[in-house]
Amino acid sequence: MKAVRRYGLRLERKRFLVRAWRKSRGLEEIANRTDAIRERELLCFVTLRNERIRLPYFLKYYRERGVSHFLFVDNDSGDGTREYLMEQPDCSVWWTDESYKRSRFGMDWINRLLRLYGHDHWCLTVDPDEFLVYPFSDTRPIPALTDWLQASSIKSFGAMLLDMYPKGPITAQPYAEGQNPFDIACWFDAGNYSIERNWEYGNLWIQGGPRARAFFQDNPERAPALNKTPLVHWQKHYTYASSTHMLLPRGLNLVYDEWGGEKASGVLLHAKFLDTFTKKAAEELERREHYAASAEYKAYAEGLRENPDFWTKWSEKYINWRQLEILGLMSKGNWA
Amino acid sequence: MSTLGFVMMCHTAFDRAAQVARHWAERDCPVVIHVDKRVGRAQFDWLKQEMSDLENVKFSKRHKCEWGTWSLVAASQTASELMLEAFPGVRHVYLASGSCLPLRPVDELRAYLAARPMTDFIESVTIRDVDWTIDGLNTERFQLRFPFSWKRHRFLFDRYVEFQRRIGFKRKIPDGLAPHLGSQWWCLSRQTLSAILQDPKRREFDRYFKLVWIPDESYWQTLVRNYSRNIESRSLTLSKFDFQGKPHVFYDDHLHLLRRSDCFVARKIWHRADRLYQSFLDDSGADVRRSEPTPGKIDRVFAKALERRTQGRAGLYMQSRYPNNEWENGKTAAPYSVFQGFNDLFLDFEPWLSRRLGASVHGNLFDLKRARFAGDAETYAGCLSAAPELRDYNPERFLTNLIWNTRGERQVFMFGPQDNQRPGAFMAGDSNAQISVITGGWAVRLFTANRNFSDIRTEAARLQRREVEFVNTLRHVRSRAEIRIWSLAEFLEEPMENLQRILDAMEGAQASRLTEAPRMADLSGLPKFLQNLKNQGMNPFAVGDFPQEGVAPLPAGADNRPYLVR
Repeated sequence: MKAVRRYGLRLERKRFLVRAWRKSRGLEEIANRTDAIRERELLCFVTLRNERIRLPYFLKYYRERGVSHFLFVDNDSGDGTREYLMEQPDCSVWWTDESYKRSRFGMDWINRLLRLYGHDHWCLTVDPDEFLVYPFSDTRPIPALTDWLQASSIKSFGAMLLDMYPKGPITAQPYAEGQNPFDIACWFDAGNYSIERNWEYGNLWIQGGPRARAFFQDNPERAPALNKTPLVHWQKHYTYASSTHMLLPRGLNLVYDEWGGEKASGVLLHAKFLDTFTKKAAEELERREHYAASAEYKAYAEGLRENPDFWTKWSEKYINWRQLEILGLMSKGNWA
Repeated sequence: MSTLGFVMMCHTAFDRAAQVARHWAERDCPVVIHVDKRVGRAQFDWLKQEMSDLENVKFSKRHKCEWGTWSLVAASQTASELMLEAFPGVRHVYLASGSCLPLRPVDELRAYLAARPMTDFIESVTIRDVDWTIDGLNTERFQLRFPFSWKRHRFLFDRYVEFQRRIGFKRKIPDGLAPHLGSQWWCLSRQTLSAILQDPKRREFDRYFKLVWIPDESYWQTLVRNYSRNIESRSLTLSKFDFQGKPHVFYDDHLHLLRRSDCFVARKIWHRADRLYQSFLDDSGADVRRSEPTPGKIDRVFAKALERRTQGRAGLYMQSRYPNNEWENGKTAAPYSVFQGFNDLFLDFEPWLSRRLGASVHGNLFDLKRARFAGDAETYAGCLSAAPELRDYNPERFLTNLIWNTRGERQVFMFGPQDNQRPGAFMAGDSNAQISVITGGWAVRLFTANRNFSDIRTEAARLQRREVEFVNTLRHVRSRAEIRIWSLAEFLEEPMENLQRILDAMEGAQASRLTEAPRMADLSGLPKFLQNLKNQGMNPFAVGDFPQEGVAPLPAGADNRPYLVR
């Protein structure tokens, strides 16, 4: 890579850091319990809006897997999300009513919090509908993974987004608070993902799955990206460049092996397609606060009217991480 | 009187170290603990306090320890000296670390050692025979000097090694030493250990080893050869290393694996593996076994992990495996067959082939209108969509996905010059592809098409051009597929034999002879059609020398089989 381009990326990274600082001035501290964070603890960073119903299960899921502290940015929820989080002893909450879009879809806020509180911690950055599955996730907590990664001098861990969907129309089975969303949305596409390399940032560009199949048949290049690097041993100078798809410095994006081997990787189970989705899609379409002028939500709104069912006879029913590993969606690498 | 003593090297997870030290000490095994000097006072005091009620636990003088340096040997020396001096009854000294865990009751280990009172258990291999050194430094670790830390001053380390190589520097190995390497976790008898520590030449040896790289893997392993009467060249500690040279870690879910290994001590245990510590430090469940340690089962698990990390699964493209071109180690997951021109020449080729193979056969997967999956399905294995835009967004991945998704079931599909040609080059370079081409097959389809002749002429020229390009790709030196190419005329000379040959070459296809022929298109009039093309200035050379008198149609049915070669 040419020195000029390398330097360009360096400037870009600095720009993101400054931007994060600037945008973070709109953040209002609601509950700051970060004093309780101990050395080397696993932290979880989340931006959210109106996700009250999902929170109990979300917190339970990650607490059980070893997250010590949660840092939330609440983007002006009106459904009690903030109040609920403030009561939680292991959650710190910031509030803002500024534009989600103009803070690069929440990434500026998160970058700032990561810089302030994430330094030298393993940091997990997810949405409230993303659930990390990793090798041995049924028997080992996430700190087992991060200890191993650290001992292997690995700084970031890739986990592809896997869209889960129910059988039948997505409104057929309503989601109840505290319920495992994958009791309802337990199906997924096993093998229709297209992968391309992004030479600029060194990451892989993964698209496909049920969303591409159902909503982006005619313009697949607009289908949402599924590659994610949610788990990073954070250092002050790191920054997320585009959602959690790409990081800078670019070495952090190299979560794949180029010489035929397999690195360890996980999957983010995406519980987006529940009955809560139709309402959300309508609202987001109204708000126009999402990526590419909410093109994704536009496509959803149209697609959902015509054909609200993702299920095909080739859909796989989720069992456990070993199944995902056999299907080639994730890998143990050399972790045994 | 206790006959077995443990020397424990600790630098982190002191709660676990304390737990294990207490376990041994309470079972009448003296323990000498060495704590890394870089560890803070508070933690050291905590550990000392924790052990204060145990008389047979002692702390040795602390050294600053760093991986790969002499300090680790020095620490084990002082700790061993203390052990031999303070506990005269000890017959065997076992070197362990703070993250070791006993897997079998200590009495079993004691009995095992008592039955072999003069044996030293230490892995000690001549340098020629090891293959697990990092960075390719093998004999050189004894011949060069390594004053710089590999972890902290990698740059200086590398430069200094380079420099020594360039000037041809070689250290002299002291007389009486034959360099050996091995695992740093050993169990030595008092006689051997004290002989090494009290050797009159020890200062000379120590001075030499101070500048050897990773001396903790070679100091004891080399010197033991001078004194031991009986060496068992293996470590009693189960300790596995991965390809980066760092130890594998054991977790709760390894419980049964560790149980079945019958090893005495394992390293290294994750410090939060509560279930392992709980079950192995608890004597109540101890069953009586006298079996030899068999780490083989565990070896297999880790060997597999190593293979997955370095070779990966052939034909898999995913988020953490995306090989560079030519590094795929198998471009696709399984063999597959591609037919070009066959479904032009034969009217019912796909159903016929499907019956013949007893498997589903796809139509033209790369047809511009849609991916023609078997049975004209909208989606196929792995939820692959038939939508052409999705497929053409990345046709190579479409193909590799299909082959991966249907592992265990041979994929067969049609291809043609009218299709998307992009995957052609990929298939040609794939050793899993079996590609059979009848060039000029398109002429048969055009011949029967109901279209204006000028259109047909243009289309024929276009298809021929594309086909020639594909055939050239196939004939390129870099192509690795199993390739058969006939012109239409050549193929028609003995069609059934040619088909039979293709099927015979398919792995797993039935070996029986063809009994039923596919229905061939009516070719009467084709020579005239070809002549017309020529007359209009388009030379259909891909068809070959098609006889003017035409060819006899294939007889259908199984009754008369004149095409069979006996």
